[in-house]
Amino acid sequence: MAAEQAKVDPMHQFTIEPLVGSGNWEIAGYNIAFTNSALWMLITTVVLFLFVLGGMKRELVPGRWQMMVESFTGFIDNTLETNIGKAGRKYVPYVFSLFMFILFANILGLLPLGVIGIHPFTFTSHFTITGALAILSFSIVLVVGFWKHGLHFFSLFVPHGTPLPMIPIIAPIEFISFMVRPFSLGLRLFVAMMAGHVLLEVLSSFVIDGTNAGALWGSVVGLPSFILMIGICALELLVAGIQAYVFALLTSLYINDAENLH
Amino acid sequence: MPQIAQLAETWSSQIFWLMVFFGITFFVIGRGMVPKVMETVAQRDGQISADLAAAKAARDAADEQEEAWRVRENENRAAAQAIVAKAKDEAAAKSESKLKAAQTRLDKKLAEAEARIAEARTAALAEVESVAVEAAQDIVARIAGAKVTKPAATKAVKEAMSHG
Repeated sequence: MAAEQAKVDPMHQFTIEPLVGSGNWEIAGYNIAFTNSALWMLITTVVLFLFVLGGMKRELVPGRWQMMVESFTGFIDNTLETNIGKAGRKYVPYVFSLFMFILFANILGLLPLGVIGIHPFTFTSHFTITGALAILSFSIVLVVGFWKHGLHFFSLFVPHGTPLPMIPIIAPIEFISFMVRPFSLGLRLFVAMMAGHVLLEVLSSFVIDGTNAGALWGSVVGLPSFILMIGICALELLVAGIQAYVFALLTSLYINDAENLH
Repeated sequence: MPQIAQLAETWSSQIFWLMVFFGITFFVIGRGMVPKVMETVAQRDGQISADLAAAKAARDAADEQEEAWRVRENENRAAAQAIVAKAKDEAAAKSESKLKAAQTRLDKKLAEAEARIAEARTAALAEVESVAVEAAQDIVARIAGAKVTKPAATKAVKEAMSHG
């Protein structure tokens, strides 16, 4: 779409559009239009479902697909076990869902489907989404923390061995750093995904505009930009994985605080 | 920046559909499928460790059997050697006694033979003496014409014979 316009707008890819006829869907006065963002959440869910379904053959000697799914569950299981310990196993379903959902969303959003006219939408580049996921994780931390430790959970703000006179200073700092967690968690993913997509879009506009300006500019600006884009694409795939991992890892670390205090 | 520009009109639909689809992901995939996948992994791990344990047990049993066999084998060998040694001893003793018996028989025969020889020699000597006595009597009678009595001749012959 961007390519058809006279001027490439790198932000246009993040625009949310209600899909046919759903623009006015409402529940209790809140708009719940089925947008392109929702469509890609649906696609992510379906693809993830099919992926995990392929690993459900439950063979004693696993095939490649089953091995792949099992390595993902094993990976999450290991992460939780190293960070939380034995108690971490019960969070595997949540952290696995979180990690895979974000990972698949990131990767699906990077697919070069624009070539065949379908424009992928990376919903993880919207802080509404990442923020909601971060708040969800944070709520789980709070619920688990207060459920397991009651008001004792507040001792989280007083690290071990803090001298008594320091407590009035340390506690507010710890409290603030604790409250910042959902923001840093949500913003990190949102910023990383958005920055990557903007960068790719800007470079692609260089390629288009440079090539349109003639052979000279095409070879001086267009070609290097194109080569750079290929590299950035690889980098973005890496970032997609890393950001999903970071989100899951930080969630498990925060759950560890709730589960084991300090 | 559409994330901010469209915030007011889209936040509710974004969150709503996120809850719907992440909910499906969590309950269907996370809660429903992942535990089964992990169960399969655990089952396999269990199977592998059980197999390994069984193999180890089998190997230990085989070692034990071999050890027992070796002990039995050594016992058997020792017993066999004992039997052989005993047989050898018996044979040696038997042959020794046989040899001894043969030796005594031989000794006895030898002694008898010697006795016989000695007897024969004495007899011969006595005969030679009596012949010599008679000859001496004859010689004296013929040459000197004197009659020598037998005792005197015998005495003279004995004297002459002992002087050689």
